[in-house]
Amino acid sequence: MNEITIGLSREDLPNSYIGRSVPRPSVAKLVEGRATYTDDVALPRTLHAAFLRSPHAHARFTVRDTEAALRVPGVVRVFTGHDLAALCTPWVATLEHLKGMKSAPQRPLPLDRATWQGEAVVAVLADTRAAAEDGALALDVEWEALPAQTDMETALKPGAVVIHPELGDNLAFRRTATHGDVDAAFATAHRVVEARFVTGRHTGVTLEGRSILADFNRADGTLTVHHATQAPHMIQEVLAQHLGLPAGKVRVVCKDVGGSFGIKVHVYPDEMAVAAMSVALARPVKFVADRFESFSSDIHARDHRILARIAVAEDGTIIGFDVDDLTGIGPYSVYPRTSAVEGNQVVNLCGGPYRFEHYRCTTTVVLQNKAATCQYRAVGHPIATAVTEGLVDLAAEALGMDPLELRRRNLIADDAYPTTSPAGMRFEGLSHHASLDKLLSMVPLDRIRADQAEARARGVFRGLGFASFIELTNPSPFMYGIGGARISAQDGCTVRMDPDGSVVAASGVTEQGQGTEAILAQIVAHGVGVSVGKVRVVTGDTLATPYGGGTWACRGAGIGGEAALQGALALKAQILEVAGAMLQARPEALDVVMGEVVDRATGTPRMPLGELGRILYFRGDTLPKDLPRELVQTRHYITKEYPFAFTNGIQASWVEVDTDTGMVTLLEHWCVEDCGRIINPLLVDEQVKGGIVQGIGGALYEHCLYDEQGNLLTTTMADYLVPMAAEMPEMHVGHVETPTRESLLGAKGAGEAGTAGAPAAVMNAINDALRPLGARVTEQPFTPARILAALGRI
Amino acid sequence: MKWPATSYRRASSLGDVWQAFAEGGAGVQLLAGGQTLLATLAFRLSEPALLLDITRIPTLRGIALHGGALRIGALTTHAGLGRDPLVARHAPLLAQAVPLIAHPAIRNRGTIGGSLANADPAAELPACAVALEATLVLASAQGERRVPAGEFFTGLLSTALRPGELILAVEVPIGRGGSITEIARRSGDYAMCGLALVGARPVFFGVGDGPVLARGAGAALARGDVEAACAALDTDLDPPTDMHGPPAMKRHLARVLLRRAAAPRQEQAA
Repeated sequence: MNEITIGLSREDLPNSYIGRSVPRPSVAKLVEGRATYTDDVALPRTLHAAFLRSPHAHARFTVRDTEAALRVPGVVRVFTGHDLAALCTPWVATLEHLKGMKSAPQRPLPLDRATWQGEAVVAVLADTRAAAEDGALALDVEWEALPAQTDMETALKPGAVVIHPELGDNLAFRRTATHGDVDAAFATAHRVVEARFVTGRHTGVTLEGRSILADFNRADGTLTVHHATQAPHMIQEVLAQHLGLPAGKVRVVCKDVGGSFGIKVHVYPDEMAVAAMSVALARPVKFVADRFESFSSDIHARDHRILARIAVAEDGTIIGFDVDDLTGIGPYSVYPRTSAVEGNQVVNLCGGPYRFEHYRCTTTVVLQNKAATCQYRAVGHPIATAVTEGLVDLAAEALGMDPLELRRRNLIADDAYPTTSPAGMRFEGLSHHASLDKLLSMVPLDRIRADQAEARARGVFRGLGFASFIELTNPSPFMYGIGGARISAQDGCTVRMDPDGSVVAASGVTEQGQGTEAILAQIVAHGVGVSVGKVRVVTGDTLATPYGGGTWACRGAGIGGEAALQGALALKAQILEVAGAMLQARPEALDVVMGEVVDRATGTPRMPLGELGRILYFRGDTLPKDLPRELVQTRHYITKEYPFAFTNGIQASWVEVDTDTGMVTLLEHWCVEDCGRIINPLLVDEQVKGGIVQGIGGALYEHCLYDEQGNLLTTTMADYLVPMAAEMPEMHVGHVETPTRESLLGAKGAGEAGTAGAPAAVMNAINDALRPLGARVTEQPFTPARILAALGRI
Repeated sequence: MKWPATSYRRASSLGDVWQAFAEGGAGVQLLAGGQTLLATLAFRLSEPALLLDITRIPTLRGIALHGGALRIGALTTHAGLGRDPLVARHAPLLAQAVPLIAHPAIRNRGTIGGSLANADPAAELPACAVALEATLVLASAQGERRVPAGEFFTGLLSTALRPGELILAVEVPIGRGGSITEIARRSGDYAMCGLALVGARPVFFGVGDGPVLARGAGAALARGDVEAACAALDTDLDPPTDMHGPPAMKRHLARVLLRRAAAPRQEQAA
């Protein structure tokens, strides 16, 4: 269908770039050190901010003296929470569609009480960052430590420290989804299997720390903010609203951004403080979080405890899931997306790949005195997938059934779409069975099972684990907009041709290193009919690009890509109209191929685009008076039929567990995913592999560890273990393509699939290895200590 | 964080060092490979008045046979240790240890003298030095003295080095053999537990406040009783809880390492 209308088939034209592995044009710039990160932007008279951060998880404080700090050479100003209260209004991070949600007002700097260790409480501005830090150390602040509520399990119990007394309790949000009759179904089921799952609190560890350079110009009343963010238009709205500026006077620019993973799509109080201080002083103010600050003040995620049950019939039919999720989100819900979304996603996604009748899932979202959690790559998916796939494996074990056979029996049939899940998610078209078949064509199952048996005979324990998953992409306003947040689900792209025949595309989606700009260039080159090298892409500037949402929740390709394609096709139509006038041909009889206007029927070159541009722009006098001259077109795109474009896939992990040391060696990993139309196979595979690595990080290594008093113990890269190359397995990525019919492009998101499924696959592989020993682990990360404890060795 | 304001000076001889110590006293911090020190500056855990760069002092360099021992200059980098033919021949345990030390970039700059002086309880080289019964050659303006490795490490990040003193070289008895094994979460990480075993001298690292010579286990090993050696670790070791796990896990891992190192063939058959 799409092939015929826009020539989207893979190899039919030299500029058929959609579906082709085109190297990212930005790679050379990035590896040569010629990127422009926020910290690379140098403005005259810039002040550098350093923050005194709370050493306590919960404490009252009084700023007793700032004179000593002001006497430090280079220090210019000190701002307290009270100083900033007059400059920036507080925010409350709730969304109307998350019924009953509550959170407390949060300010750039707190007035008199810190609620997590690492919270910025006083800002010092100086000529250099070093001087600002010296100033922060010279501040005299009196601390009165208060009891901290750190354990989410006791957050709602009598005796809990109520973090914000005005809220009455520590409950931020609770939601239960039900379908069918869980109690009755479970009471009569052949087998009910239950387990307790824990996912470890972890964080995103972007290579580039959070960065902001705010520059308020009093002369014209404009605030220009260079910012490492995924969502410049959202930040523009937030800054305008809380600093009391017209949105039109706020410009947010993000040139190169060094990794995001969701970390950079939120409003951080210290960054709001920077913007407020710039407005106050009418000078540029810069803040770049160092690694220590990143660990204690970037958002964390995935701090969940889940009690879950699955009911199955004798033949392996899944009857239902019953899930109780508890998550601690820190002292405030994070603005403006809220910290209830991760738990909400768990409710939406558990059991997602399967057909079953009875469903109950509750998420309870509580406050605690730890760093705030919020949306991080694959929000809620790794949790829901671990619960679902962990239970499916346990059910297979209880029934004595091959876990693949149990999956095959229960995965939603490929011809069952459209369909709606018991959790209420609407699926347009998924390919669970085709994906499973594809996976099994890649995984040498017989060889692996033989190897496993042979190894077990030698006392070596290897295991193979599987995890089917669904992933929510291409979000509509149902994600945030209906809740009242000014976050655009629509995105736009302006595509123009300049006199030399080169094309510039300005898009509202953004680039953080994943290659968004590369795929936009491919799509535009394909759509207009030029070589990809002729396309320059502009992103990350609220003044220069169409209004849009940015890049998050897997929307860059599916939403931004479709806007780019429509804009490119519109420009091509415009070019052909002009060309028709110049060549005295019908536009329909012409085409644009590799930068030349050609006869559509014969391919005979008629005119290079550079010549068309020359005549149009410089000799417009020779053209018909009524000819439209606009070689620029803008198109916007928003999904309308489905709230989300779901994708699906399945992963397999093959591991060896050293039962003496508890160490897990990852031997091999496979993933088949279906992100609809693949625009650039190379980039999709990179996304899937990077996502798998991030999922493995959560499964085996990454953990933000706090002690009982709420002190963060993992504050360096030596303590917080990120996955590293030496330990990563050989990864194989395969694809099934089920394009969404909502768009011409047919693309869905691909960035989170790897992360969604990897932890569950690794967990099931470890438990497959341990099964002969009667041991099982369900608490991530699966550390040597936990595996040895499960084995009864310690 | 940024470093505190600190002076920097490069010494070209030991005389320069003694002079700096005489002038600056406790404010002088020697800078060799800097692989630990510079990170502590960035965390403002240390605020020396003067960083005295000793990397250009020739007398701290070189590896040579010297009176029945292998004398290894304090500035020998981990990478240099790993590719030196004399080390490979006469002190192979040290060569074996090198790939376990952090990552290549750190091994290219970090030095043996720095590792010993820093005395990190999870570091490989202090344990090797104790297991090999190496001797540390220390020098100050007052002259040289020699301290057995077993007496050099005095507690958590602390050594027998006196103010105004530095490590000139390490002297390792030749021909001792030995093996080193460790269990680390990721390659290059500090070990959750490690063992340098030379004959009947098992020295553990990552399980105490410094390298721990397990004397009871060593006595059992001398009798050829591996199981008794493993059992003796219950009293030989008193590991602290750390982020990787409780003391019981460390003792368990120590037993695993000892069993594997002492009876590799027995372990394979099991």
